[in-house]
Amino acid sequence: MSASGLVMNLRAIWARAYVRVVGANRELSWLFFDTFLPLLGTSAYVFIYKAMKAPPEFTGFVILGGAMTAYWLNVLWNMASQFYWEKEQGQLQLFLISPTSPMVILLGMALGGMFMTTIRAGSILILGSLIFRVQFTVQQPLLLALLFFLALAALYGLGMLFASLFMLYGREAWHLSNLLQEPVYLLSGLYFPVRGLGFWVAAAASVIPLTLGLDGIRQLAFGGAGWGFLAPEYELALLAFLSIVFIYFARRALRFMEELAKREGRLTLRWQ
Amino acid sequence: MAVSVSRRVREGFGAFRTATRLGWQIESNWADPLVFAIYSIIKPVAASLILVFMYLVITRGKAGTELFAYIYVGNAFYIFVGGVLFGISWAIIDDREHYEMLKYIYLSPIRIYIYLLGRGMARLFISAISVAIALSFGALLLKVPLRITAIDYPYLFAGLILGLGGVIALGIILAGVCLITARHSWGISESVAGAFYLLCGVVFPLDVLPRWAQAIGVVLPPTYWIEAMRRAALGEEVAGVSQVLGRFSNSSLLLVLLGTTAGLMFISHLFFRAAEGRARRRGLIDQRTDY
Repeated sequence: MSASGLVMNLRAIWARAYVRVVGANRELSWLFFDTFLPLLGTSAYVFIYKAMKAPPEFTGFVILGGAMTAYWLNVLWNMASQFYWEKEQGQLQLFLISPTSPMVILLGMALGGMFMTTIRAGSILILGSLIFRVQFTVQQPLLLALLFFLALAALYGLGMLFASLFMLYGREAWHLSNLLQEPVYLLSGLYFPVRGLGFWVAAAASVIPLTLGLDGIRQLAFGGAGWGFLAPEYELALLAFLSIVFIYFARRALRFMEELAKREGRLTLRWQ
Repeated sequence: MAVSVSRRVREGFGAFRTATRLGWQIESNWADPLVFAIYSIIKPVAASLILVFMYLVITRGKAGTELFAYIYVGNAFYIFVGGVLFGISWAIIDDREHYEMLKYIYLSPIRIYIYLLGRGMARLFISAISVAIALSFGALLLKVPLRITAIDYPYLFAGLILGLGGVIALGIILAGVCLITARHSWGISESVAGAFYLLCGVVFPLDVLPRWAQAIGVVLPPTYWIEAMRRAALGEEVAGVSQVLGRFSNSSLLLVLLGTTAGLMFISHLFFRAAEGRARRRGLIDQRTDY
């Protein structure tokens, strides 16, 4: 890639991320809905554990799960389904006739989404921890930070792959994103330790980066709680592998789907 | 005059039927029936299984207790609340922003109320299927003590009709809010549904909430509805799980439901008319925000 091409791509990444970063600051009312709303559901799960007289670390497990939910929702609705919304608003064709690569657009979307969602997830984590007095006993903070960032890389890599695969979809994109909520909450153990699903189900669910990321973060944030599925070091290695695989396949899928959409004339279809 | 009334009733019923059919088409015709059936089964089952695994992790695999049934059945019936609230209020957003048809509906000779009820009916039907699936799954595979012969059907249907009436009235209020707001309309219905999930003790006894939250919970109609549904499905023994709601007899639960549903219907009518008037005055019926 030439220097001017690199500069152009970096500017495109920033431009696509900018919409989300600035959007997050200009329209602050979203903070109320995007923090308050998930906190309601998360609090309900905390009270279920209180009704069952569960050990106190389970409150922390739920709060962490509630915070990570924000990332999954962002991946589904603002990554996977994004090209559907863009198509509805007539933007998709503009992206594709611009001189940048669609991968660059996806990367900008992912970075902007991570920024916006981190504010949301951070707010849920802080508010939830304060309200329910969660006690964290963080072990190996560096490993914890690495695990978190690799979980995000793999998660948004999966989002980029979904965005490519969803490119041809009309309303199905909306329904598929809707469908991928509760089953993924279940399989990734957002509200209970994933080990509770049994080894083989948890192993299969590990293809969702949220599963390994959340399990590792819980182990390191609540040291010695004893509910881990795999050692955090193994989870880190698996997440690194998933990140590479998802981003590689996202690139290939995007090329393939773009070609297919062009041949079938579906890039500008609206109200499907 | 009599002819005119009967004609209006006939036309109203026709509009309701068409709106219900339209709602059903919008909800279901994006996929073939098999895919749609799978889609309709997976969501409620997965949502129920989250609670099941939370319970099993804590009790080390022991299901079939009274608290477990209380949580499970409350969660299953709550599907109606989310579905109907979202279905009715979302019809405004969908028709105004997405399909851009709301202005034409206002130009047609049908009443918007009837149209919204019809659109909500499709969601109600889908929710009813999801509730039936979740309850059957619980009874067949999770030892939830639901026995077809032991269910108090008259109480179940009376509670269901009153409770759904209240939820529909709430949906109309939210539709009114959506008419006069440009942003976060989706968030409003989800916030209300989320608040009910927490404050009405849908998945835990109200007693575990802090006192201030309990005080809010006991004035919310879905609290009584969900409790009535639990008692109809599981028997009166389940009343002992919550001390706060255990004070109410089955008949007093129904009376509270009757009063709150009537009140909600009256308020929803006034609120929707006011919101509609404001939307017309400010030219919001055909606004498109692309938000």
